[in-house]
Amino acid sequence: MDIKRRQFLKIAGLSTIAGIGAPAAFNLLLKGETSPVSYASSGGSAEASHDDAPAGVRLGMVIDQKVFDANIGLAQKCVTACHTVHNVPDFGKDNKKDAIKWIFEVPFEKAFTNKSHYHRNAHLHDSDFLVLCNHCDNPPCVRACPTKATFKRKDGIVAMDYHRCIGCRFCMAACPYGMRSFNWRDPRPFIDQTKHNKEFPTRMRGVVEKCNFCVDRLARGLQPACVEATGNTGAMVFGDLNDSHSKIRKVLDENFTIQRKPALGTQPSLFYII
Amino acid sequence: MYDGKLIIPGLLIFLVLMISPILFNGLDAGPVPKPEKPVGVTKCVKSAQYMRTSHMKVLDDWRDETLRDGDRTPVEIDGVKYEKSLMNGCLKCHTDKKKFCDECHVYTSVKPYCWDCHYVPKETF
Ligand code: SF4
Ligand code: SF4
Ligand code: SF4
Repeated sequence: MDIKRRQFLKIAGLSTIAGIGAPAAFNLLLKGETSPVSYASSGGSAEASHDDAPAGVRLGMVIDQKVFDANIGLAQKCVTACHTVHNVPDFGKDNKKDAIKWIFEVPFEKAFTNKSHYHRNAHLHDSDFLVLCNHCDNPPCVRACPTKATFKRKDGIVAMDYHRCIGCRFCMAACPYGMRSFNWRDPRPFIDQTKHNKEFPTRMRGVVEKCNFCVDRLARGLQPACVEATGNTGAMVFGDLNDSHSKIRKVLDENFTIQRKPALGTQPSLFYII
Repeated sequence: MYDGKLIIPGLLIFLVLMISPILFNGLDAGPVPKPEKPVGVTKCVKSAQYMRTSHMKVLDDWRDETLRDGDRTPVEIDGVKYEKSLMNGCLKCHTDKKKFCDECHVYTSVKPYCWDCHYVPKETF
């Protein structure tokens, strides 16, 4: 057979690429670093894996919807508290496109998309549920972030370093709860100058932001701002999920709680008493 | 040389443009910046020389330690504790950004983007 020079080069090139690539791919699969099956499609079985929570501190939160239902306006107080201490801009009610949200209220069917909504009772029908970042133990946003701007700390907090964020928004696509917001425009002119927190920075155009579980306040021995805003109503309980003597564990032991989309295997650290 | 009568004057003009700063200013680099030191404080977290060359490295290290490792133990110098923070640490002593930070940054024509997010003392934005 008569091979032309051009054809020979093509074949040689392709074989080289295959030769370089194949061992790497095989090694990864053999070591099990990439699972051939994607997590998102693994459906129900992932729920069981929530048992093997890591040792050490793992911060979490319980939101008691019954208390919020009994105290009209309390949820909004939490939102205002969080957005004030973290200098979250307010673009007004009409501008949904630019909105930045760390914590906000949504109806039952938006918060718990995989629960049945058929003939739900008046309580579930009428109440709005507070949602914020779940600080997942297996956070897809961290896996998606190419710059390590989003990372998981030892205490379970999924935090962000805005200096490193390049605004690619992979994390927003990866978060199955929609808990991240992108700064489409400079947020500073939309922060209330009379109330803003001078101890906390703002963000700039082109970065993503979200709830940070008040990591800066915890360092000063304070409770998260939203939890503080609920006062002694018990509407929100914050603490170490791995400490069997903590208040949050007591609440979890005594109540039936649900989580948002547990079947995805993200292992959220937020629990809801419905 | 082809087109020598174009190329050589062209090169000369280019050369003159390139050395024009020296022709105009001589070897004078302009007034040396004098960042204003905070009153009543004599010691920084590191020596003045180190801070002059590497304050950005200090800030980067502090950022990673506080944010990633959760280590916010303050830096203690002569019994005074300083928070590992630009806004709540450095700027508590260096209260005037214009007279301190900007002095050198303007002189060396660096434009750090700290202030896109971090507040300047007494700032109204
Ligand atoms: S809720 Fe979303 S943003 Fe928060 S940790 Fe989970 S995946 Fe990441
Ligand atoms: S937008 Fe920022 S935080 Fe999100 S994935 Fe990209 S770099 Fe990471
Ligand atoms: S934990 Fe802190 S950051 Fe997160 S929603 Fe509550 S107040 Fe906001």
